Amino acid sequence: MCTVCGCGDTPKIEGQDGKMAPHTHSHPHDAGHVHHHTHEHTHGDGHHHSHPHEHGHTHGHSHAHGHDHEHTHDHDHDHSHGHSHAHDHGHSHSHNPLHPHHPPHSHSHAQPLLHFGAGAAGVSVAGMSQARLIEVETDILAKNAVYAQGNRRVLRAMGSYAVNLVSSPGSGKTTLLCKTIEALGDTPLAVIEGDQQTSNDADRIRATGAQAIQINTGKGCHLDGNMVGQAMDQLRLQPNSFLFIENVGNLVCPAAFDLGEDAKVAILSITEGEDKPLKYPDMFTAARLAILNKVDLAQACGADLDAYEANLKRVNPAIEILRVSARTGEGMTAWLDWLQAQRIVKSSPQLA
Amino acid sequence: MHEMSLAEGMREIVLEQAQRHGFSQVRILRVEIGRFAGVEKEALAFCFDVVMRGSPAEGAVLEMIDLPGRAQCFDCLQDVVIADRLDPCPLCGGSRLLPVGGDEMRIKDMEVS
Repeated sequence: MCTVCGCGDTPKIEGQDGKMAPHTHSHPHDAGHVHHHTHEHTHGDGHHHSHPHEHGHTHGHSHAHGHDHEHTHDHDHDHSHGHSHAHDHGHSHSHNPLHPHHPPHSHSHAQPLLHFGAGAAGVSVAGMSQARLIEVETDILAKNAVYAQGNRRVLRAMGSYAVNLVSSPGSGKTTLLCKTIEALGDTPLAVIEGDQQTSNDADRIRATGAQAIQINTGKGCHLDGNMVGQAMDQLRLQPNSFLFIENVGNLVCPAAFDLGEDAKVAILSITEGEDKPLKYPDMFTAARLAILNKVDLAQACGADLDAYEANLKRVNPAIEILRVSARTGEGMTAWLDWLQAQRIVKSSPQLA
Repeated sequence: MHEMSLAEGMREIVLEQAQRHGFSQVRILRVEIGRFAGVEKEALAFCFDVVMRGSPAEGAVLEMIDLPGRAQCFDCLQDVVIADRLDPCPLCGGSRLLPVGGDEMRIKDMEVS
């Protein structure tokens, strides 16, 4: 099968090599261009059909390839087997030669029309219901968004400010949080700790006297809106308080899951490498504030703090940056001021 | 990234839609995936096949439609389309671009029977 257009345009004859003739595709065209072509299929069982269909391509590509695929099709051609191929360019398929099907398949091109006829049956049969098209237009994470909005409503009603702390494992999130709690003194607050296993972090937080709930995600790599909602139900949140949510140490997945927080704060320790924001841009784009932590080690590690900041600004020109050492207390005042300012604005709607 | 969670979200939507519209089989399910959504499409295709077992979308064709990455350039203040988060502005060459679109992960429609 051709890996560009997916056409199975050579006959597959039972017992023979389904070798495909070398052929060229050239699709230089503008967005929205529609072209028509017809695919002829002849199968070893004598079955023969053709599919007229249309693609609207939103990008141009050009491939020339002469490749051999070994196909042995030895089968009754009756299947309702689905397969999807999402591919940009130039990958190869390895087909199990015993795999008894010629799968319907899709490209990741934008296709303004469905191709009826490329579906499982390929034909409409009298007496059978016609396929229906249902417009869904629903975010895959819609359910999470509902939970997150619920959390957000509760927090707004309380005038409480929620921070989703995200970082790699070992950046110093829990130490920063413990020092923050100590420094905030009598300010009401609660903490939700997310880790795959153990309640070590919640234990550390509770040792400061703050109320904390540990969520163990098991195999999960992120907290979601529902987990946080359930944890909030168990906490005695107070009006005008802080809710600190320490996410699972992971710079990838937590970026996509709204928890209902007011801001994501990314913690980046200066031992991690100046180019970390470039390597994990999703998270640093989603964060409102980045804390460069462990700056007391900068000299010993030869870390270039200006390079860290430049790379953060490159992936997110709007990001705020604070240089902090939770251990020595350097920069903590600026962090606490930032927090208090956010909370005051939120709990005083006339300021917002 | 978290393709298994996404596939599970898709399954829930399929089950809701099946109840609402009364279909038993999804033939084709089309999703729109933004350039910056952080979705590994091959992984999503794999998870889809596994997670949809026993649901109306078992065996369905998953079509993924790419949506472009869009960003606002802080230098020329234009909205531009970029292929990579770290690309410079195609209009002015500026390097300070704030992504404003391309994080979509959405089920567009399904062909059912």
